[in-house]
Amino acid sequence: MDFSYTEVQQMLQDQVQKFVQKSYDFETRNKIIESEKGYSEENWALFAELGWLTVPFSEEDGGLGGSAVDLMVMMEEFGKANLVEPYLANAVLAGGLISRLAGADSKAALLESLMTGGVQLACAYAETGSRFNLANVSTVANTEGDAIVLNGEKVAVLNAANAEKILVVARESGAVADREGISVFIVPADADGLSVRKFPTIDGRQAGIVKLNGVTLSATNRLGAAGTALSALEEVIDQATVGVCAEAVGALEMLLRKTVEYSKTRNQFGVPIGTFQALQHRMADMFIECQLARSITIMAAMKLDSSASPAEKTKAVSAAKSKVGKAIQLVGQEAIQIHGGIGTTEELDVGHYFKRVTALNVLFGDADFHSERFASY
Amino acid sequence: MNADFTAEELAFQEEVRTFLQQEFPQEFKAKVDAGIRLTKEETVRWQKILYKKGWAAPNWPAEYGGTGWTATQKYIFATEMGLIGAPEPVAFGMKMVAPVIMTYGTEEQKQRFLPDILESNVWWCQGYSEPNSGSDLASLKTTAVRDGDEYVVNGSKTWNTYGQYADWIFCLVRTDSTVKKQEGISFLLIDMKSPGISLKPIVLLDGHAEVNEVFFDDVRVPAENLIGEENKGWTYAKLLLTHERTNIAGVPRSKRRLEALKRTAANTDDGFGGNMANNAIFARKLADVEIQLQALEYAELRTLAALSVGKAPGPESSILKIVGTELAQQMDEMFVELAGYHCLPFVPEQFEDGFQGEPIGPGTTAATALNYFNMRKLSIFGGSNEIQRNIICKAVLGL
Repeated sequence: MDFSYTEVQQMLQDQVQKFVQKSYDFETRNKIIESEKGYSEENWALFAELGWLTVPFSEEDGGLGGSAVDLMVMMEEFGKANLVEPYLANAVLAGGLISRLAGADSKAALLESLMTGGVQLACAYAETGSRFNLANVSTVANTEGDAIVLNGEKVAVLNAANAEKILVVARESGAVADREGISVFIVPADADGLSVRKFPTIDGRQAGIVKLNGVTLSATNRLGAAGTALSALEEVIDQATVGVCAEAVGALEMLLRKTVEYSKTRNQFGVPIGTFQALQHRMADMFIECQLARSITIMAAMKLDSSASPAEKTKAVSAAKSKVGKAIQLVGQEAIQIHGGIGTTEELDVGHYFKRVTALNVLFGDADFHSERFASY
Repeated sequence: MNADFTAEELAFQEEVRTFLQQEFPQEFKAKVDAGIRLTKEETVRWQKILYKKGWAAPNWPAEYGGTGWTATQKYIFATEMGLIGAPEPVAFGMKMVAPVIMTYGTEEQKQRFLPDILESNVWWCQGYSEPNSGSDLASLKTTAVRDGDEYVVNGSKTWNTYGQYADWIFCLVRTDSTVKKQEGISFLLIDMKSPGISLKPIVLLDGHAEVNEVFFDDVRVPAENLIGEENKGWTYAKLLLTHERTNIAGVPRSKRRLEALKRTAANTDDGFGGNMANNAIFARKLADVEIQLQALEYAELRTLAALSVGKAPGPESSILKIVGTELAQQMDEMFVELAGYHCLPFVPEQFEDGFQGEPIGPGTTAATALNYFNMRKLSIFGGSNEIQRNIICKAVLGL
């Protein structure tokens, strides 16, 4: 039993911390959010140079190794910095699908450009009526002669407007929620019939609704065999779920830290509000929730890296996301409450962390969804 | 990063498992499973079995007859004990007074008291809380006045667990009332047969007199029974509290309870042709308990990993106490919920040893409410969960 970091993990953590300390304060981050792209291309190039974009990939794919624990260590730091660069959309979601589904030739080229920061990608899986059921796909891909034609609408597509290529999950056969019949297609963003309704998200990111209106592709745009992509998608989303759990753990720790600091300096009735036991015990509960969230995220990451069965892995991921979701609600809400009025404004970073964890709670399924999924295994 | 045991640790786990399967008496296991208390004689018999194996005191250093185990071995042992339902040795001697005697006692005191604790020849009980000193323990008022070679003790102690079985009691007593409250307390060992000691049983909500109030009326105690220095007792008491908090998370016991809860749910009719395991709301609660238990288990493993590389047990043990006890209580509540109407009978004697009447059932449903009532103590004793939160605020958050 050993919970210490490897040298590589230690290095990743140090690198991100140094970067954040040097170039990612609250004001800088706000400027990045207000920029056209909503992320810094300069930062993105640096991430590529430092090798951060290789973390989720196996060595044979040219990556660092693809360990969930490595990803966890790094994404926790992203969470502490409330980093807005589209890491999840590119490296974890799109990259994850490519590495699992693409044929050898296209895979090498795509991952190469991804890991060197040469391309922006997005992954379009969710739909208006799908909620968190990945098998619920009503976007259709019909074969018409040699061509494949996509019709449908994808929602909450992270990084959609910046993406040069979008991975679209679509149904080639079967009923709307069947497990079989689902494929992933790689679609150029400038394809005829594809349009993106761009919008900013509650947590300062960029996303969009992707409309597919008779988008015509060739069979080479399909990643992997027809109709068999669901289990790869589920694997990618499980990996990403542990990633967002780790990011939440980092953000929650900041919420706790900032709340405790604030309570020591904010005076009312002539004393710091942190001397009031009514607030102290709530901060103790925030600390407990942070520790439990961290513990179960570690459990899930280790499980993904182990030789456990797919079912055990999925169950562990759902346990983590459920617990982290609950921690998000308690720690996030209490942080705002204890800050009082100032916590409800855009002026302090505490509110921005709150917004981020609120989004993280929703991503890939909230606490209720994952409790139910846990129970079903 | 990994949570795997080494080959040696796995072999040790197997050894513990085999030993417990062979040596933990079947009739005791049946009682524990049915929620029936072991008698004093049975408890002592089990502890002597552990003693014979050399495993009675995992937390003692080897020089005093402890096991010399690593933190991980202790964890494995506690886990296997909990999973099979074998009770840990009664804490008052083994886990509470013994570490204090080892650390602060004289050579003579060590030789006089420790072997009998290890062999379970002597039953100890605790004299800490008083009617007016609960969470504010340092305000205690039981006095010990020096008179020649003796102390004369007057006052009363409460929440004294199984004092009716005990041969000795360790007490915090006030030896100086003119100084700051923590600085006038001494740690005294008292023979329960001393003239002037009387017990008044306190019947708890489950109808069982598990605790007592203990009265001291001019009880004369030889001065050689003082531990360490006069007025330094508070320091010694604090050491004891950190030992009391090891294994406090109760993960193995909760795992066993969770499995029982799942079995019980599957065997409990929902009244509409199905069973409670398939009741959506109950199933959801079960899932959340299991998830919380996993989070707790890994929080404990992280603490353990820190311990095994030589870090001192810190305020993390307060988290384990809070979460572990609240989780255990939540499950106790769910057993009552499953029992439905069958939780209503208040017939505590049917769960006492030697009950001859016709039991009221089904199964042990009539014990569920009694157990729920009894276990409210978990979040109160050993430093209430509010005191644990104070510790977190002070020691971790710097508030």
